[in-house]
Amino acid sequence: MTGSGFIKGMLLTLRHFIQTYLDDLRYGFKKYSPAVDNFNERQGTRAEGAFTVQYPEEKLAMPERFRFIPFLVVEDYDHPDRPGKDWCTSCGICAKVCPPQCIWIVRSNDPATGRPVPEPEAFFIDIDICMNCGFCAEYCPFDAIKMDHDYELASYDRTTNHIFDKPKLSKELKYWKTIAPTRAVAEAQARGGWDHKDAQKEARRGPKKAEEVAPTAPSAATREEVRARKAEADAPKPAPAPTAVAEAPKSASNTAEGAKPWTESEDEKEKRKAAALARKAARAAKRGE
Amino acid sequence: MIDVAPEQQDLKQATIAEAIADLKMRFPGAVSDDTREGYSGVIVDKAKLLDVARYIHDALGFDYLSSATAVDYLGEGVHSSDHIEMVYHAYRTSGGGALVFKTQTDREACEVPSLTPIWKGADFQEREAWDLYGVRFTGHPNLRRILLWEGFHGFPMRKDWKEAYYESDHKPFESRWPAGHVHRSEEKTIFGHNVVYPADIDLSRLSDVSDASIYADFGLGVDAQRVGGSEGIATDQIMVNMGPHHPSTHGVFRMLMKLDGETVTSLEPIMGYLHRNHEKIGERNTFLQNIPFTDRLDYISSMGNNHGYVLAVEQLLARGAKWNPPTYRTEVLRVLMVELTRIVNHLWAIGFWLNDLGAFFTPVLYFIQERERILDFFETVAGSRMMCNYMRFGGVFADLPDRMRSVANLLNDRVRDYDTMQFLTEMINERIPRTIDELDEYLTTNDIVQVRSKGVGYLSREDAINYSTAGPLLRGSGVAYDIRRADPYSIYPELDFDVAVEYSGDMYARYMVRLKEMRESVRILKQILPRLEYTKGESVTSDFAYSGKVPVGEAYGRVENGKGELGFYVVAAGDKKQVANPWRYHVRAPSFINLTPLGVMSRGAKVADVVAILGSIDIVLGETDR
Repeated sequence: MTGSGFIKGMLLTLRHFIQTYLDDLRYGFKKYSPAVDNFNERQGTRAEGAFTVQYPEEKLAMPERFRFIPFLVVEDYDHPDRPGKDWCTSCGICAKVCPPQCIWIVRSNDPATGRPVPEPEAFFIDIDICMNCGFCAEYCPFDAIKMDHDYELASYDRTTNHIFDKPKLSKELKYWKTIAPTRAVAEAQARGGWDHKDAQKEARRGPKKAEEVAPTAPSAATREEVRARKAEADAPKPAPAPTAVAEAPKSASNTAEGAKPWTESEDEKEKRKAAALARKAARAAKRGE
Repeated sequence: MIDVAPEQQDLKQATIAEAIADLKMRFPGAVSDDTREGYSGVIVDKAKLLDVARYIHDALGFDYLSSATAVDYLGEGVHSSDHIEMVYHAYRTSGGGALVFKTQTDREACEVPSLTPIWKGADFQEREAWDLYGVRFTGHPNLRRILLWEGFHGFPMRKDWKEAYYESDHKPFESRWPAGHVHRSEEKTIFGHNVVYPADIDLSRLSDVSDASIYADFGLGVDAQRVGGSEGIATDQIMVNMGPHHPSTHGVFRMLMKLDGETVTSLEPIMGYLHRNHEKIGERNTFLQNIPFTDRLDYISSMGNNHGYVLAVEQLLARGAKWNPPTYRTEVLRVLMVELTRIVNHLWAIGFWLNDLGAFFTPVLYFIQERERILDFFETVAGSRMMCNYMRFGGVFADLPDRMRSVANLLNDRVRDYDTMQFLTEMINERIPRTIDELDEYLTTNDIVQVRSKGVGYLSREDAINYSTAGPLLRGSGVAYDIRRADPYSIYPELDFDVAVEYSGDMYARYMVRLKEMRESVRILKQILPRLEYTKGESVTSDFAYSGKVPVGEAYGRVENGKGELGFYVVAAGDKKQVANPWRYHVRAPSFINLTPLGVMSRGAKVADVVAILGSIDIVLGETDR
């Protein structure tokens, strides 16, 4: 019959229209209230009707693998031994694999010997060029560069704000454990503990020997070094203490008002770092006595 | 129809090897094997090219010219003499592999006979080769630049051409490490240093005349640049530019139409407004670095783009000594992803086509609801909703996570947590089929859809093949040609599905093909679910290193993407056995080649129909313009 298809279509539209309000009834007209924990259903496979997310009053949290602009992992600022130490060894793999070539690294050299030190002197990422592919994080042999979850980066001036330097890129390991709990645990298991690979190596070698070795520690400049490191990585290593790995923190609760949970001023970072170093010095002094 | 002699009938069934043997016998001296390491097919003397091509088409039955592209061999390595080579991949629409034939010309004269008299599908592809490589095609009806503008200086895909902000031939750039003192390219590499102006140009008197020749050739006899004055245009036909900035053109696409009242008498598609020379970027990149770039071609179906590219490179890698082919689970995951992508693509295509028909955004928003859930899945597995960058050579980025769990990080973040397999099962068994049924019920019998689309935008079966169209456009014209069946790859041979085909060749047929294809995709996905269960635990990671190299040779990988045949022609060449960067990286873009018959399909249609005809082809400008 002429027009029947048209009527069918209108009925379907009507059904969708009504479904939108059924949800309101279901949640007692508090569909969007933060007090009602219904996000899983509203955005799931059984959702009907409108599926709008009321940004910014509510936001879709990102899954663990989400990737948006890399950051550099540094040791926690209140780490007992190495507060704020870079995990990056400036081997340059991320800069080489980066498809749009947005990573710049200045490798540091020991002023006395002139040999490379496994630590970047400077590290830059031009976030206007970055294509968020995640290759840097995927191919980093030290888990030192990771993809961030913070996508709210709009700024008024691209020329001054969009080249991220090392202080701006650095985030604590703690932060990575928060945004990617299962991956952080898996990576720690692969490394053999929560510590950086080199730190674990030093720990195994003992403190004295470590001091001699440190300046010449590999920076993956040559193929031999890479191979040697690979062989080492393949070698059986002691399994991490289960307690150490299992302590991955739960997601940060988001009750804080105003600021992003993980934003911390440079001053505060420095304060925590200084406090941790002071504690370390105190310990050393105690041991000395 | 002309009766074919029985022996010729046999030739149409001949294998590729038999066909090549026959060619060499028929054209002694003009056809020779391509003996370079890792290459296949034949090299044809360019003087005889037209005859040989006609024989390939008429007698050997290779009626479908999939890809025609140029390669610039300059200097180093296995290719001792500098030359430009045209590479053609011809297929039979009855199925089977490619007959690859090539012809060579020197870089200075650079002239090759056009194959447009045999395959009209060569039209745009030859224009692209002229535009980017400067190959002059004798006999081409309309040899003008297609992606760049008339008056562009030089041929950018040639190996000795350097782009603005050129830094070095290959990535990784030396300036990044170990002394990577950051700079913006415009600070160090001054734009002007890389730009070459023609000797006779006067910069103070520049004016844009790039369109003058297009208008002149359009046959109105009116100088459209100088319209105005007292008398106006003294004709009953007028010329109208639709686009490049027009909401109905799905991006920056332009159609130049000659109108008689409301009726289109001729139409020419003009493109290139989003051109970024993707292929040149691809040749600067390493093989690995190209994967995320393929996401940006047809950004609606990035998983499919990834698949095509890794298949091409895997063909090259398979010749190397150390090569672990993808595991079964890898293939299962890949098919899972590309079939979900196909559903997304078709929902999107039908939705926007309905926008073009006037059903403004109501249906498309219903479809987006399903698309959102599928993209949520992609985001959880691959890390991004659209720029998935999921596949690797011999593997994928990562296996499915056990749970699709999000993590609170920003203020007001609301967390979700689902079991991955349960989510997938509910999507595939309930949600997606329900939406397709709803779509079917809503639209298939809708009077407006039927009246607007039946008999409009007609493309005959012969034209569809001859114009090298692909995907729903080809199958809507009655050609049951689906690469997943005709030239199978991955695990498609063992999967049970039908090739969607419709015979009326109009917009409605294309809509029906998309609808059926979504149902077939669901059918495939239902077979994938148990395979996901019993392959659990199998490794899916790639062992391709960050600096991995690829054995020399050529490869053409093609997949049936949502929009049609997506092909990647990749050449690895150099003086070593293995190279890190592709010598040639060509994308056979369905969105681009499917536009070739747009003029034919639009002739006689109304202006409002042209909008819908374009929508029924389903293009994405990221892929059209590359």
